[in-house]
Order: sequence, then C-alpha cells, then structure tokens
Amino acid sequence: MPTLDQTTQEVLKLATTHFKLPAGALAPEDDFFKKLGIDSLQTLELLSRIENHFNIELPDYEVQGVSDFKTLAERIQSRL
Amino acid sequence: MLDLAKYSSIGAALKDAMERFADETCLIEADREREKERITYCEFNARALPLAKAMQDTGFAAADRASIIMTNQSKWLISAFAIFYSGGVLVPLDYKLTPAEHWQLLQHSGTKLLIIEYPIWRQLSTAPGRASATSLQTVLVTEAPPNVDLAGARRWEEFRNATDAPQFVPRERKDIASIVYSSGTGGRPKGCTMRHENYLEQCVALTSLYPFWPGVRYLSILPTNHAIDFMVGFFGPFTCGACVVHLRTLRPEFVREAFTRYKITYVSLVPLVLKNLQKGLEAKFAELPPAKRKLFNYLVAINKALTKSRPRPWLSRRLLKQVHGAFGGELRAIIVGGAFTEPQTLQFFYDLGIPVANGYGLTEAGTAITVNNLKPFRADTVGKPLPGMEVKIVDPGADGVGEVYVRSKTVMSGYLNEPELTAETIVDGWLRTGDLGKFDVQGHLHLSGRKKNMIVTEEGKNIYPEDIEATFESLPVKEFCVFAANYIWPKRSMVGEQLIIAIHLESGQSFTNQLQQEISQRNNRLLNYKRIHGIVLNDEDFPRTASLKIKRNELADRLSKLDRDRVILPL
Repeated sequence: MPTLDQTTQEVLKLATTHFKLPAGALAPEDDFFKKLGIDSLQTLELLSRIENHFNIELPDYEVQGVSDFKTLAERIQSRL
Repeated sequence: MLDLAKYSSIGAALKDAMERFADETCLIEADREREKERITYCEFNARALPLAKAMQDTGFAAADRASIIMTNQSKWLISAFAIFYSGGVLVPLDYKLTPAEHWQLLQHSGTKLLIIEYPIWRQLSTAPGRASATSLQTVLVTEAPPNVDLAGARRWEEFRNATDAPQFVPRERKDIASIVYSSGTGGRPKGCTMRHENYLEQCVALTSLYPFWPGVRYLSILPTNHAIDFMVGFFGPFTCGACVVHLRTLRPEFVREAFTRYKITYVSLVPLVLKNLQKGLEAKFAELPPAKRKLFNYLVAINKALTKSRPRPWLSRRLLKQVHGAFGGELRAIIVGGAFTEPQTLQFFYDLGIPVANGYGLTEAGTAITVNNLKPFRADTVGKPLPGMEVKIVDPGADGVGEVYVRSKTVMSGYLNEPELTAETIVDGWLRTGDLGKFDVQGHLHLSGRKKNMIVTEEGKNIYPEDIEATFESLPVKEFCVFAANYIWPKRSMVGEQLIIAIHLESGQSFTNQLQQEISQRNNRLLNYKRIHGIVLNDEDFPRTASLKIKRNELADRLSKLDRDRVILPL
C-alpha cells in the first residue's frame, strides 16, 4: 500500500494533468477551489478521475467539506 | 392529481395520496449504477407509519419541531411524511452547513427531534454546540455502521412501532408546516415560517403549468431542504402519484446515466449545473464532422421555427433524436431555480426542444413567484406571475424599474422570533423582495438587480454579508463591515455578484502584507461560495447607532462615492 505522502503526490499529479497545469504548480495544502478557481461541479469531475485511478469509491459524504489536496489524500488513503 | 383545495394540511394530502396511488411507484433510489430500491406508495406508507408511531411514543406532538439533515434519499421523504402525519413542524436543514451552523439552527428552531445521516452526525456530535440545543430530545441516525458509538442517538432503522397504528394529527391551513432557513448561518438566522396553506396553494399554481401524473419521473438533484426540490421533488409529485428518483451521488457521469436509465420527465437544476450541461453539449456538437454538423444545425433551425409559438416535444424528439436520447427521450422540461439564469443558456436548450422552466422566487414567497409559461417561450424574462400571485413594482424610476413586491397565499407568515425583521419585510400584506425589476407590455417580469445587501451565487446559495462577519471577528483593525459590492455600487446585473470587506484601520496603523494574509486565511475558513473577493480601505469612523451597531446604509452610501474599479483590493 502506498504511504500517505505517495498518495498525496499522486493526487497532485492527477489534478495537475486534469487541469493542464505545469508540473509542481500545486502543493498539498492548496485549497483547490481557490487555487484552481473551480466550482463544485468541476471538483466532482476531478474526483471521478481520482476514483478511477485508485480504483476506489469515494462516497459524496466522505469528501463533503474537503477543500485541500492533503485532506483529500487522507480520505483516499483510508479507502485503499 | 388530488384536489388540494379540499385539504387543510400537507399531512392530510399526503395521507390520501398514499391510498389513492397505493400501487404506483413513488420512489427509486440508486447509488451509482446500482439501484438500491424501488417502492410503491403503499410501501412508503408502511415504512412511514411505524416511524410516526415511534415518534409519537416519545411524546412528539402537534407543532413540535423536527429537523432533517440528510442528502436526497428515500429516508428524507419517509421521515418528512412521518413528521407531518404527527402534526409536527418540519425544519429542513442544508446538509452542507458546518457543525457550528447546524447547532446554531437546531437551537434557533427549537428542534425537539433530529433525523440525520450517520456521516453528518459523526461530525456534528463531536463538535461543540450540543448544549445550546436545549429543546433537542431525540436524535435518529440513518445508515450507521454496526458497533459504532452513536453519541446518544438511536438508529432510524430500528426506531419503529409497528404494533400499533399512529394517530393522524390534523392541522389547519394557517398552522405552521415548516421553518425554512433562507440564510442566517453564522449571523442572524432567518427562519421563514411557512404555513400549510403556502404549500397547498403553491402546488396548485405550479402544477397548473408543469403537471405531474402517475408515470412521471422526477430526478431529484437539488437538495430536498431547498424550497424548490421540496415542492417539485416531493409534495408536487406525491400529490399526483408521480415517482421521484434519488441518486446517492451527484457525479456528472452517474447523473447523465440516470436520465437514460430512468427515462426522466422533469429535473431541477441550479444555473451553474445547467451552464455546465450546455458547455458539455456544445463541445460535443463542435466535434461533429462538418457535414453532420451542418445537418444538425439545419435540424436545430427547423425545430426552432416549429416551436416558436409553443413547445412541441414529440416533434423535437424526432428531429433531434440523439440529443433527446441522451436525456432519456422523455424529458419534458428542466426546471431551473435558486439563482438567475442567463438568457443565452435558456435559449440554447429551447432551440434543442428542451424547455427550461425558468422563473423567479424566494423562500419567503413560497418558492416561485413568476414562471415562464412557454406560451411562447421567452428567454429574456423570468416569466409571468403564477396564478394567485399579485406582483407590483414600487417606486419605479424613469426606466420603470422599481422594487418587486408580492402578495399571495404562498407568502410566509414571517421570520421565526424576528417580529421587527418580519415587519420590515412584510408591509400591509406585501412581501418586499429587495429585488429590482419591471414588467413589459406582455406582463413578463424583467429582473435587473438587487436593492438588498446580499448576493445569490450561481449554485443558488443566498449569502448575507452579516452572516459571514463572525469569521473576521477580532481582526486587528479598528472596525470592519462586509457588503455585497452591488449593494454599494448598484449594478443592473443578477450574475457575478461578489462580497467585499470594508476596513477602517486604527490610527497610525498601515495595511500590511501580514494583515492581508490574516484576512485571506480567515476567508479561506469559509466555504468557497461564501468568501469575500476584495478589501476596501476607509479612513473614517463607521457611522453607528446609539447602541453602537454599524449603520450599514449610511456606510454603503459613503463608500458608493468611491470609484469601484479603483478602491477594491482583490484578495
């Protein structure tokens, strides 16, 4: 099983690719709403991509209120 | 449809609907591609009554308040029916609020019984604030895993008394049916007290334009605590024997799939989602090979010409088969609400043969005030007043624009525990909406801005500046005040609204990076749609009342003399 740090890096990589950003543009503590200027719907699209990548299901309630990559990675980690 | 004129309460109408439509499917619940359940009105009734009896056994009685904090699902509606059956007052709360906000509203509403999903309760029960909700006696938690600590709550699934029948508790039309919070989280709660009459009248008016019948399938996406979904995703369809489809996830790919799988008839969306849908479709159309695209555009033009005076769903479905097929082939209309929708988006869907039922409403007015009646379709207005609605424009300027006032049996009785605010809002029976607009010669209402200090986001969230000031409490400045930018600098627009914070520094204090960072950090604690977008520095004392409250109107007036484009420091 990957470590939390590895999962976080994977999430950042996925988000960077999904939103076509240069490598290293995102950090674990970044608020994705603010940093990416995205709305709740675009976040759902990113979550679908993350689910497919990790082959997990993240119920909506698990990600309710989450707005930074680090916390998101923790939620993913708990389901790996 | 039931003849709602004969009923005095939501509970009485729903009770009869259970018998009248017993064998019809009333609910389908799906989690991603898995259908979890499909139940008839008879089965719905059989689940709700033992719950109602168990509630009554705890002493829950007429006019007692019960809150629901749940995502859209069958247990939401079953619980609501049990509450109305027992004569209770429903307090539907937004599940997306923070624990502090939930505790505040549970306290303010005087909630006696709380019905809540386990993941939300897990957070709420460990957050401070429980002691403040002094009226709360019973907490029912749905879908809790086995062997977890329920923090004093009981399992919804086991909380039932199937041995004895519950007593149906009748209510009068003038009795309070629900307390709906239109805003006020974190600040001054605005709990709209809605009467049974408000819902009964609104349902008759809305279904006269957008009817339901057995076999209709409504896809419930907007949260059920929202006035629109409560009406068109529960009370409306249930009094007509229709079926409500719930999804346990709102991921776009599963929502798309639900349209085709369940042959959806109606769906309600907020403008943000509708626009996103438009973008997705536009991208797909752009990918078509040139010849196909030309043919497609030709078919759209034909459809547009043939539906100019009224929608012709059968024709549009044949002409634009693929587009309609993607929506399940039976979609009659998309209901859009919660915020202003841009005309271009409305026109886009209408040209494809998918009417968007846009309108204008406020929780305080019992959901909708005006709705586009599609006779003919107009993208440039918010429609005509619904039957039973009196709407007038007060103090119109030279351009005919003034404040919109509404009088109707659907208007709330007032704000809970706020007689002064109620008196300011409802004057001689007329609800002052705080919105600006005018009527055209065809009787359509055009909205053009707001008079009130608030914003509505594209996601349909009403944000009152006062409510988020607590986040900036004890900010190291002399004083501050949050405003809707358009309230200070009036703009004839209903979209792209933003909040700003006006700051008065201490004498000799300068605006440093450190202070800006602190404001930014606090701002980030707010949910994304509640955040402020800029700072306005002001070097004079804020005007205050004798009790030292900021005179917002006067301060706004002072700030309005400044150049908006130059004074707002972006955050």
